[in-house]
This record gives sequence, C-alpha cells and structure tokens, in this order.
Amino acid sequence: MTTWHIILLASIAVLGLKVLGYLVPPKLIERPTPSRVASLLTVALLSALIVVQTAGAGQAIQVDARLPAIVVAAALFALRVPFILVVVAAALVAALVRMWVPGS
Amino acid sequence: MAGSPERTAAVRSSLAVGLAVAAYGFSFGALSVASGLDVWQTCVLSLLMFSGGSQFALVGILGAGGAAAGPAGIASATLLGTRNALYALRMAPIVGGGWPRNLLAAHWTIDESTAVATAQPTLEGQRAGFWWTGGIIYVGWNLTTLAGALVGDLLGDVSRFGLDAAAAAAFLGLLWPRLTQLQPVVVAIGAAVVAAVLTPWLPPGVPVLAAALVAVVVGVANWFGPRRAEGGPA
Repeated sequence: MTTWHIILLASIAVLGLKVLGYLVPPKLIERPTPSRVASLLTVALLSALIVVQTAGAGQAIQVDARLPAIVVAAALFALRVPFILVVVAAALVAALVRMWVPGS
Repeated sequence: MAGSPERTAAVRSSLAVGLAVAAYGFSFGALSVASGLDVWQTCVLSLLMFSGGSQFALVGILGAGGAAAGPAGIASATLLGTRNALYALRMAPIVGGGWPRNLLAAHWTIDESTAVATAQPTLEGQRAGFWWTGGIIYVGWNLTTLAGALVGDLLGDVSRFGLDAAAAAAFLGLLWPRLTQLQPVVVAIGAAVVAAVLTPWLPPGVPVLAAALVAVVVGVANWFGPRRAEGGPA
C-alpha cells in the first residue's frame, strides 16, 4: 500500500461515513447506546493518540521534551486559552527544553 | 448579508468559530509534512477527508510507523470519523435536500458546523449557521493547510521547533471540551493506559485501535454513565 492509497482509502471512508448519515433513516442509529459509543470512541482515540504522540518513539515509550510541553498545554486549556495559542505554546516549550537539554 | 436578526446572529457566530478553527489548519499542514507526507498529499487530505481529528490521527500514525502502519492509520481515521455520521443524522432534516446538496452538506458536516447550527434557535438560523461555518472552515482550512505544508517543507527537521509536541497539544485541544462528565474522563484515562502499556508490544497505530475497545466496553455496558439522562426516547 503506498501513501497515496492510504490517503485515498482513509478519505473515502471518512467521507462515506458522513454521507451515510444523510442516507439512513435516523431511527436506525440514533439510539442511546450507539450514539454513546460513538462519542466515547472519539474520546478514547484522542486520548490514546495523545499518549502515543507525547511518549511514543516507534515501539518504545520515551520521556522527553514533549512531556513538559503537554503539561503546559493542559494547564493552558484549563485556563481556556484559545486552541491555536496553546498549540504554539506547546511547540515553544518543547523547542526551549531541547535547547537546554540536548537529546531530549 | 441582509436578513432576519436570527440569520445575522448565526452568520456572526459562524465567522467567529470558522476563522478560529481555520487557523489551525496551519498546524495540520506543518505536522503532516513533518510526518513524511508531501505537500500534495497533505492538501488532498484536507480537501477530501476534511475532518481535523481523523487527519491528525492519520498523519500521526503514518509519522510513527510509515506506510506499514497504513491499515492502522486508515482504521483510526475512520473510527474517529464515526461521530460525523451521528452529526449527519442530526443535520440531515435541517440542511438536507437533493443528492448534490446532501453530498456537499455531508462533506461539510464536522464538529464545528454541527455545533454552530444546533446552537441557533430558528430553522433559518440553523441553516445559515451550518452553511456559513462549513464554508468558511472549508476554504480557510484548505488555505492554511497549504500554507502550513509549504512552511513545514522549508523548515526541515521540525522536532527542533517542537512540532511533535504541538501535535500532542492539538489532540488534547480536541479532547478537552469532551471531558465534561465522569464517563468520558474514565474512558480517556483507560484508553491512555491501554495505549501506553501496549505500545512496546504492538506495531505503531495498533495500540490506538486497541484503546478504542475501552470506549466500546464502557459505552455498551454504560459504566460510569449518568443513570437517568440516557433514558429519553430514541
């Protein structure tokens, strides 16, 4: 599978799910359990992605400059700082830590 | 933009939400290029997939595991996109129509267009909120994706600029507004533990999918859920 195949397949799948919602009668899916699972799926996947993106290094877990960056980001989100500013701040923290601690 | 006050109010909140969200396409563009995709591939994702969480997930997993992680990346992006199907169910009676209109509405059915639309008190306001928010974000997201990809391409080694940490912060920003009740908090913690424990044992991308099972188990059993609020008519 090339990167292009991956991109096109994933895009068609994501778009297909949206189209599906306009085609099926709402009663089929809009019951408490499926809609609860769907919104919890989003939470679980995002949380797992945060862990992998913060501490993953291929197949290893690694503590480095990304960890203080995500802690700062969490504090800023808690203070209701806008998304884009938090993302920039996280990048800045990681970059500064890497300047002071080579290899982190 | 002449119209009823409801419509004007809807358009105003579309502008506020749309411009703020569109700006973070820039971080997607830069991160995508940092993950090894080229500028074209990055732009096609924003044009065609157009769902921030799924796009970040796909490039994050491809960045960690390369093309070998493709199936896990596709599965993660798709699972993250399931919530759009639920938004679509909610929006279909409000903005749906013939198939060309349904197709465009489906493509623009995302967290923000649904949120702005459902926050409006009248049908006219809901329609205006949906189309304006969807349109502003679609145009803005794609322009800022291109800009981010071009800048990321120039920067080269982006870990020096902390862009890998920015990706984690972006995921956190998408997660944060969802942690309003005990159940999602428990699922978030459970999924984080599962992903961390499995990472050394499974290929990149697969631990993320395994963590999704936490949501399925807790959601189906409805553990830690509000006892009464779920009992409404389906």
